[in-house]
Amino acid sequence: MRGIIGHGAYLPRWRLDRTSIGASLGTGVGGGKGRRSVASYDEDSTTMGVEAARLALRNAPGSSPATLWFSTTAPAYLDKTNATTIHAALRLGRHVLAADAGGAVRSGVAALRTSLDGTTAALVVAADIRGGLAGGPDESAGGDGAAALLVGDEHDGPVIADYLGSASASEEFLDRWRAPGTTWSKVWEERFGERRYLELAEEAWKLGLKAAGLAPGDVTELIVAGLHGRAVRSVARRLAAPNTAVAATLDSTVGCTGAAHPFLLLSSVLERARPGAVIALVSLADGADVFFFRVTAADAPVPAVRQVSSQQAAGRIVPFGKYLAWRNQLHVEPPRRPDPVRVSAPAAGRATDWKFGFVGSRVPGSSEVRLPPAVPGADPGVVADPAPMADVLGTVATFTVDRLAYSPSPPIVFAVVDFDGGGRLPVELTDVGPDEVSIGTRVEMTFRRLSEADGVINYFWKARPLAVDESGGLA
Amino acid sequence: MGSHGIKDQVAIVGMGCTRFAEHWDKGADLLAVEAVNDAFVSAGVDKTSVDAYWLGTALSGASGMMLSKPLELSGQPVVRVENMCATGAEALRQAAYAVACGAYDVAAAVGVEKAKDSGYQGLNAFPIPHDGSARTLTAAAMFSMAVPAYANKYNVDPAEMKRVLAEIGSKNHANGVRNVRAQFRKNVSVEEILAMPTVAGELTVMDCAGVADGAAAAIVVRAEDAHRYTDHPIYIKALSSVAGDGKGLSDPGYDYTTFREAAQCAREAYAQAGITDPRRELALAQVHDCFTITELILCEDLGFAERGAAWKDVLAGAFALDGVLPVNTDGGLKSFGHPVGASGLRMIFECWLQLRGEAGDRQLDTERGLGLTHNLGGYPGEMVSCITVLGNQLG
Repeated sequence: MRGIIGHGAYLPRWRLDRTSIGASLGTGVGGGKGRRSVASYDEDSTTMGVEAARLALRNAPGSSPATLWFSTTAPAYLDKTNATTIHAALRLGRHVLAADAGGAVRSGVAALRTSLDGTTAALVVAADIRGGLAGGPDESAGGDGAAALLVGDEHDGPVIADYLGSASASEEFLDRWRAPGTTWSKVWEERFGERRYLELAEEAWKLGLKAAGLAPGDVTELIVAGLHGRAVRSVARRLAAPNTAVAATLDSTVGCTGAAHPFLLLSSVLERARPGAVIALVSLADGADVFFFRVTAADAPVPAVRQVSSQQAAGRIVPFGKYLAWRNQLHVEPPRRPDPVRVSAPAAGRATDWKFGFVGSRVPGSSEVRLPPAVPGADPGVVADPAPMADVLGTVATFTVDRLAYSPSPPIVFAVVDFDGGGRLPVELTDVGPDEVSIGTRVEMTFRRLSEADGVINYFWKARPLAVDESGGLA
Repeated sequence: MGSHGIKDQVAIVGMGCTRFAEHWDKGADLLAVEAVNDAFVSAGVDKTSVDAYWLGTALSGASGMMLSKPLELSGQPVVRVENMCATGAEALRQAAYAVACGAYDVAAAVGVEKAKDSGYQGLNAFPIPHDGSARTLTAAAMFSMAVPAYANKYNVDPAEMKRVLAEIGSKNHANGVRNVRAQFRKNVSVEEILAMPTVAGELTVMDCAGVADGAAAAIVVRAEDAHRYTDHPIYIKALSSVAGDGKGLSDPGYDYTTFREAAQCAREAYAQAGITDPRRELALAQVHDCFTITELILCEDLGFAERGAAWKDVLAGAFALDGVLPVNTDGGLKSFGHPVGASGLRMIFECWLQLRGEAGDRQLDTERGLGLTHNLGGYPGEMVSCITVLGNQLG
């Protein structure tokens, strides 16, 4: 049966304490309680999408999607496809269709629906960076993150949640909108949207139950996701049967991650769901989309690392001023160094496997790994193998802090990293303070944006210290 | 196959060197012309009697026309030389070989850099189209990684290590006070250096060489012709150059306490010059003190100190003007700043002065008769290195 064969979610490591917003702005109150997740200055929807997709694929080893969908309301590029960047970082095959389904919040679930109704394996990735004007409700309620679902049939891998059916209801009405070129949304009076979403959700719910052959009481887990918080709560109240558990929306730890949120919540529920559980996923975005899944008894390769539960608990606080600077909402003095020059398209194109896939070279029979890969021809007749290093952990051999070099968020923390099993690279660290690294620090590789020039984003890999949650698992 | 050197085949018969400074009022063209005209006067020649020119510049322009146009040459060959921070010394190496092989009778090596026109502090290279994966750290940060590496390996207390580096900076500044051509001519105490904030790793701004504009030039002829130009020619004993394979960056065995290319380069230079004990045979050495840690490590790589012992030698004053082997007697990059294309020839100019007894306030006893200059370009793990050994006697 068709269904979910892999899933993964990525939350950036930084959190904004909502009480710091009012305190910083001098308004005293406002901003709400709890924390929201914040993408670092070197992350965007594409890099977070890569991280989530890496986890989804890691949890479904051996699967090879025929299609890669990427959805976001915060695309790093327009005109140019962002999914191809993710495709390159994941080192998927040339004949995989990599495409964006983006712009609106609803595009994520639309790509999921299309994939579930299709016949080939598809990796559906959604990522978002949600914000708003300083002090406003969107800034506070939004969250940054990404999630990926791998959809397919038994022959693509063990199905961990059977797809039972779905339904949609669409309607043109003005709830939330954003003019192209601006970075914050506007919303209509919220009671109007709440009313529309309630009607649409009920309509889709009934159709979906019918399509899935379920009665309302069969649903054991209800997920409702949407940027309209009031509508999300009302719809959950209306649809939940007495025996239905309503999944937490992660408002107090993450915030609503827009196009990624339905996937993020589904991944979170799948982490702990028991065989036989019936999960309903309801997304409210310019209509209502309802999906039903039943958790199988398959020996599910549940994520061993990086569960949503551990990631959401493992955040670190970013001061509000730094958050605004990262979002370009506060213009801080740049380093007095020349701006970076744009990356050469042909040079990057020749180095795709290295630059995007972090693949070095290794001479067969040798432990020597070359990063970047050696240029063929130094030893005529010797043909090196590719050495994929993105998932290899490393250890800091020595390090420094550069307070002079150009960085969008100085200073640069930099280390010489020795990889387990061979290979060394002097590389920038991220998600780390200048006083938090030492010789021996264990690190993992993460896909980031180094800089941007002429609108060209320079993507490459950085190392970041492994974060461990309270139970000792990776977060 | 073999490397044979050209010991005693070529002599420097004239040199010129501008003051190194923030020459806001002079371009690379004027600086180069000033330096080369001083060298002409020094050698008693003029531009028409020089058969070929090599012009070293790393950042300030392209092609030999950087010199042929402002000097208004009439058809002589001028070739631009670039080899990172070893550019100036490399220009002399090329000119010397051209004379040694008999292609030319008189050749000039000119080094110039206009580093202060970029509008930014530090050195800023031409942007070459790239794939974006190369690191973007400053040189200071790259070299700063050698500080904890050296301290750990040789059990030097971190505070002691900082003091060792400060001693090097303070020594070079003290030497620069005695040099009218130096950019910075002010004594800086060890305590003042230790009090500065760090800019990269444990390096403070006073551990870093400054940036300056400047130019220097040398005229070379075959050794047998030298006395037609000067009573005190300076003979070329060795010219050694190494371009590294860069594997230090990807080799987990590289520990950041040595610069392999510099050590290789020194072995070759000493073989050419017939030197077996540089610490006792050299009268002076100018080494590439782009950062204080660089000078410390070079003192070991170039054989002036035993491995792991240079820091003790520094504290004992072994490399001071009155030490067993004075290093960076003219004030070094620390006092001069580092106009990339000019620095190597500036170091050679100091050997020229010292070995001829013309170094004034800072004149050393040069009984030993040999001087060494060393430049490196690049970073720990991937660098080029160039060494020149000069002497005031044949044999």
